[in-house]
Order: sequence, then structure tokens, then C-alpha cells
Amino acid sequence: MEFYVQQILNALQVGSVYALIALGYTMVYGILTMINFAHGDIFMVSTYLAFFTSTLILGLASGLNPIVVFIATLLTAMFGTALLAVVIERLAYKPLRTAPRISAVITALGVGLFLENFMVAFKPVGPAPRFLPHLIPAVNFNIGGVTVSTIQIVIIVVSALVMLLLDTIVRRTMVGTAMRAISWDKFTAPLMGVPVDRVISMTFALGASIAAVGGTLYGMAYTIDPYMGIRIGWWAFISAVVGGIGNIRGAMIGGFILGFVEIFTPVFLPSTYRDFVAFSLLLVLLIFRPTGILGRPMVQKV
Amino acid sequence: MTSNGALLSVEDLHVAYGSIRALHGISLEVHEGEIVTLIGANGAGKSTLLRAISGLVPIQSGKIRFGSADLRAVSAHRIVEMGVAHVPEGRGIFANLTVMENLKLATWSRKDRKALRQDYQRVFDVFPRLAERQNQSGGTLSGGEQQMLAVARALMTSGRLMLLDEPSMGLSPVLVRDIFQTLRAINAAGTTILLVEQNARQALKLAHRGYVLETGSITLSGNAAELMVNPSIKKAYLGG
Repeated sequence: MEFYVQQILNALQVGSVYALIALGYTMVYGILTMINFAHGDIFMVSTYLAFFTSTLILGLASGLNPIVVFIATLLTAMFGTALLAVVIERLAYKPLRTAPRISAVITALGVGLFLENFMVAFKPVGPAPRFLPHLIPAVNFNIGGVTVSTIQIVIIVVSALVMLLLDTIVRRTMVGTAMRAISWDKFTAPLMGVPVDRVISMTFALGASIAAVGGTLYGMAYTIDPYMGIRIGWWAFISAVVGGIGNIRGAMIGGFILGFVEIFTPVFLPSTYRDFVAFSLLLVLLIFRPTGILGRPMVQKV
Repeated sequence: MTSNGALLSVEDLHVAYGSIRALHGISLEVHEGEIVTLIGANGAGKSTLLRAISGLVPIQSGKIRFGSADLRAVSAHRIVEMGVAHVPEGRGIFANLTVMENLKLATWSRKDRKALRQDYQRVFDVFPRLAERQNQSGGTLSGGEQQMLAVARALMTSGRLMLLDEPSMGLSPVLVRDIFQTLRAINAAGTTILLVEQNARQALKLAHRGYVLETGSITLSGNAAELMVNPSIKKAYLGG
């Protein structure tokens, strides 16, 4: 029993990170019907931003309150990653807005490769895995045989708060309303006075900063390296598709499902079967429910 | 204002989609307070003209002036902000947003936030049905209600000029009459209207002046009452 509770807790931790990254895929797809395959690598860059920021802060002032360090790191990573995503969109994707969709997809893959290899070649980063400095004291609690760490609690709670905040932004604010309107009909949105390009930039910024929350949290628990964005990016992408790409709540649900796949596959099968199970799930879903769990069937507009 | 005092003036406008020439040398004017209609068959270029005014399609050559401003190379959302509201063909309702969200979105570029309350009230007075359905999604509305919402959104942008693209399309005669009556009231309250219609009879009855567009050129223009009795218009657009 304790074993399963423990695994569920671990699955929630991993699933939170997938969900946060999946949101970026789903938001960009929702607004541009484009899959931003560089998103996993944007996530990777965010972990390095968190790494450098926290190292710098702790190097300059070691006596700071851990909460201050954590929040400063988080905000810097979010801001830097948002800026990166907006620049990528402007330089690489925007000129291809009217080109065949495959062009943008290939460009996104190219941007991803660029980010990976840039980070490997960039001396302060390099190919070797790294650890983030301890942002918060790692304390383990034992509750009835189940081990809960402070890091685990921070990851799950912060992710939940960010998802709640995003859901509110998309549902309640003017920008969120504009995002949903553009996802329905981007040709009519300008007639409402909505600056579509600016809303698209905001979508990229929002998606990237959420990935940066995931990146900072991930870096607190695991090692980071320039190629980490590939596998995690794929898993988050599958999460978005499983949940119903374009659907915000779907991406959250999908993220947690993939978190459970990751943690529970090794319980029943050799752990090397994880990717096999994840991709099988994707294939089966695409056959029986191609629009994902919460995705709407495509409506033919007349 | 332009030299001749028109609110909207289009001069020798050329628009092409690739190699297909949609408009060749259109000129027209709409004065403050007028209802002007543009009639013509399917494919004559009526929608293209409205889309060019709103900045949705690029202009090859010619001039479009709104008040004293040149609208060429102004982006579509800025044109709305300047005071041109556009009710698009097919209504363009965001079916995934509620009625209220559709209306709210149309206020994006407005700076006079204080007047908003009053404007929602005005819109709900004109279209009580929308007030009843404000929390319903746009996709659940009937065709007539969607058209009301499309006009209501245009009102919420608080434009001085309203462009309407085939508001009668797909509506029953009773609903068409209602919509046209509403347009008359909107005009009486101070909004200038440029109306594109295939339903020439209704449009000419409502309008002060009219233009006839045929395959990308204006072939006739004049007072609506005169156009109504013009033999060639009677034959081509009014069913004999």
C-alpha cells in the first residue's frame, strides 16, 4: 500500500513537469495550429537559466532566505525563456506564417537542434550534466512509511498554482479571451481590434515561461544537460496530444497521465519499456480518439 | 476630413489576389451620417472592397481615406481603433466564446473604459435577446441571433463607420426586416453605414445612396430612390 502511495506521489511530481511543458505545446498549437518542436529545447535552456541565476545569486549573497533565492531564480528563468521564445517566433516562425505548415515544423526542429548544439558548444554550459545548487533545504518527511521531500512538495504545489493561474488567465482575462478567439478564427480577430501578432507573441511568452517554471522545478530534483529537452519534450508533446492538443486542461491531464506511465511502467515491466509504453499509448489513442481526451472533433466551418 | 468632406473616400482602388484582379479602379464616397449601399452579384468584388478598407487584403494601388487619415498600410486592428467597425461576411462569431466574451473582445482597443457600461446597456436594449443569452456560447445561437451579435460587436468597438457584409445572408425575410430596421436605428443614432448586399431591394429601401459593382468596377451610382427605378437595375437585381 505504502509502495503505491509513494509511486503516486512520484508520478504527480514527474507529471507536473510534463504538464507544465505540455501547456506550451498546446497553447502554440491552439493559436497557430503549429507544433513548436523547439519547445523541449526551450525548456532545456530554461533549466540553464535557472542554473546560472541561482549559482550567481548564491555566489554573491549566500545568506539569503531560500524562498527569496527560489523566487528570484524562478522569475529570471521565466523572463529569460519568454524572451527567447518571442525572439524565436519573430525570427524563425513569423516569416513562415503563410508558408506550408511543414516548413514551420522543419524550422522548429532546426531551432531545437540549434539550441542543443549551441549549449554544447557554449563553454560555460558544455555537454556534461550539471546539478542546480540547492535552492531550498531538502528535507525528507516520513509519513506512515511514505517518504515526502520538501522538493517534491514544492514541485507539486508550485505546478498546481501555476496551472491554476494560467487557466484563470486564459478564461478570465482579455488576452486569454483573445487567444481563444484567435484559435477559433484568426481572420476575424483583427476586426475586433485585436492585435493578432502581439497576442501570438504573448502566447509564446506565456508558454515558455510556464516551461521555465517546469525547468526550474525539474532542475531542483534532477541533473540537467543540453540534450535533456529531447526526451522530456517528446513526452510532454505526447501529453499534449493525449489530452487533446489545443486544449489547456487536456494538456494538464495528459501530463499527469504520462507521469503515471513513466513511474508505473517499471513497476510491471522492465524500465526500458517506458518509451515503448508512452508511444503505444499515443498510437492507440490516435486510432480510437484522434482528438485526444478533451479535444473537440474538428468542426467543419461553413 | 478630406477636401470634399467625405468620412470615407476610396479613389481608384485596385486589388488583386495573385494574378486574379478583383477590383480595378473603384472610387466611392461615404459621407458622415449616410447609409450607402453597394449592390452587385456574387463575385463582383463587394466583400473584397470592404476587406480592403479594413486592411484585411493588401491594396495594389489607389487611395483609401477615413476622415483625414490614410488607411493604406495601416494594420487591421489599428483601423478598428480609428473607428471603422466591420461586420464580416458569415458573421465571424467566435463560437467557442460566450456572447458576453464576444462583446468584450470587441472593446479591446477602446480607451474610454467609462463609457463601456453604458454601451453594453445600449447594445442589450437594442438586442434584448443577447442579454438573455449573454452566458451562452456563440455557437449555440441561431443564425439571426448570431447576426445580432455580429452587429452588437461592431457597436461595441464604438466606430463612427460601420461596414456590413451581407447581413441578410441566410436569414428569413422577417429577420432580414428586423436587422434592417435595427440598422436604420443605429444610423439615426449617429453611425455612418456602408452596406454590401445581394438583397438589393431591401438595401436600396434602407440606403440614401447606392453603388452598383460589376466584376470589379462600379457601373452605376446615385440616389437609392433613383436606382430603385432604374430599368437595368430592376432587370438585373430586383427581379424584373
